[in-house]
Amino acid sequence: MNVKTEPLAINMGPLHPSTHGVFRMLAVLDGEVIVDLEPVFGYLHRGIEKLAEEKTYKQVIPLTDRLDYVSSMSNNLVYVLAVEKLAGIEVPERAQHIRVIMAELQRIASHLMAIGTWANDLGTFFTPFMYMFREREKIIDLFEMVSGQRLLYNYLRFGGLSHDLPDEFLPAVRKLLKVMPGYLNEYEELLKENEIVLARSMGIGVLPEELAINASASGPVLRGSGVKWDIRKVDPYSLYQHFDFDIPTGITGDSYDRYRVRLEEIRQSLHIIDQATQDLPAGEVKSKVPLNLRPPRGEAYSHIEAPRGELGCYVVSDGSTNPYRFHIRAPSLINLTCLKDMVMGLKIADAIVTFGSIDICMAEVDR
Amino acid sequence: MSRPNFGIPKGLLVTLKNIIRHPVTVQYPDERLVISRRARGTDIIWNKNTCIACRACERACPTKAISIDVSRGEDKKLKVDRFQIDFGTCIACGLCVESCPVEDALYMSYSYERAVYRREDLISSDDELLPGEGKQPSGYAHPEVEKTLTLQTLLLDKDREDSQ
Ligand code: SF4
Ligand code: SF4
Repeated sequence: MNVKTEPLAINMGPLHPSTHGVFRMLAVLDGEVIVDLEPVFGYLHRGIEKLAEEKTYKQVIPLTDRLDYVSSMSNNLVYVLAVEKLAGIEVPERAQHIRVIMAELQRIASHLMAIGTWANDLGTFFTPFMYMFREREKIIDLFEMVSGQRLLYNYLRFGGLSHDLPDEFLPAVRKLLKVMPGYLNEYEELLKENEIVLARSMGIGVLPEELAINASASGPVLRGSGVKWDIRKVDPYSLYQHFDFDIPTGITGDSYDRYRVRLEEIRQSLHIIDQATQDLPAGEVKSKVPLNLRPPRGEAYSHIEAPRGELGCYVVSDGSTNPYRFHIRAPSLINLTCLKDMVMGLKIADAIVTFGSIDICMAEVDR
Repeated sequence: MSRPNFGIPKGLLVTLKNIIRHPVTVQYPDERLVISRRARGTDIIWNKNTCIACRACERACPTKAISIDVSRGEDKKLKVDRFQIDFGTCIACGLCVESCPVEDALYMSYSYERAVYRREDLISSDDELLPGEGKQPSGYAHPEVEKTLTLQTLLLDKDREDSQ
């Protein structure tokens, strides 16, 4: 008997537990195989770029917190770097060191969340996720200690930081550095050799090296495909050139490689924090900046290696107290454009795994 | 997988190890953790007597949550007629407290519970902004207050350094 099948279009999302926010995948299926996929987003659009145009330069800092709320510190950093470039503001060395510590702590917290939710998508229901959230909580405690809030830090300022570190911060970070490697080994034992994890993620969602470069993917998605590219090395900012660290890369560019890259990056971040706390210089944490900052006419672009990839910020000044134009290059959005090519021909359940392994934050995609 | 592997039993050992580990959650609201000494709480505390009516806080606010009416008194001095904060739009960013030029006029609060029944109840003005029960000043941008508060409880404190 000849069975006639027809392609079936289904909507996954916008409210789907594994979409990490409000995201819709319009998938066309032949049986269980994906033959076409269209990502639909924009549900979380808040017009942050436009909103920023009517706020003063300083008032935009709390707005940048809300771009990618899983890594607010990195968003703060890229924006203050852009404005500092525009206005020619010097940053004291101590503040630069603390910025590095914060950015790396943020990377660990964000990667823990990325791996945890990805493991959740694989079906290891909530066990690794909860373990990783426990460790993330320890880092969030540290952020709360320095900035006063747990998620939206608003900690960096033009020319430095809003406050110096409290006295109890450094002992706590040292302790974190001591206990973290043990926990990381534990995660590896839990996931690295697990047959179900391997079967569901190896060879799934492959992003070839060439496509990754052509699509200008960045971050762990690019490095998972074997490209050694890290803004911290190729265009160092905030004294990253003084620290010693490796860039982990994957081989095949599948979901498993991206997971491995993230786990290895956590180890490298711990190594950077170790160096940055060892030789933390004393001194001021904020240089003198006029209260109502009016950068000269012009434009500036800064980019950093955020946990999700290359985060860029473009600021245009017309000489007034408000930015004339404020634009964010969101790594999540650009990495997400590779999704269709990664999942073509896979089963529908694999699309979830692949999507989880890109690690996006919808608040940053839609802005 | 062709090769025999022990990945799943290995993983189960990790879960077993975690079963006997210390618990990390507490039973709120019976047990409470101490929040950061620099906490940017859900209230703002304003001191009527020291405020010099300069309106710097109003200008610093990114969400226009603060509105102040100022007039000149008989002695030609500025005085505040009305100082109102809408906590429905306040995002607890702390920029107002940072920008205040007076040492002890404006504080973030050291509290985190602010549920009300009606939206209008979120708008506080004048005397409602004084410190009160469950509403103390926090050490955000006020190092002298920070020193007097108890240290924050850290989850990290439960780890022993040699436990791994
Ligand atoms: S904390 Fe921020 S949002 Fe709230 S009143 Fe102060 S400046 Fe405005
Ligand atoms: S900035 Fe301080 S002194 Fe000035 S109006 Fe506000 S509370 Fe009063």
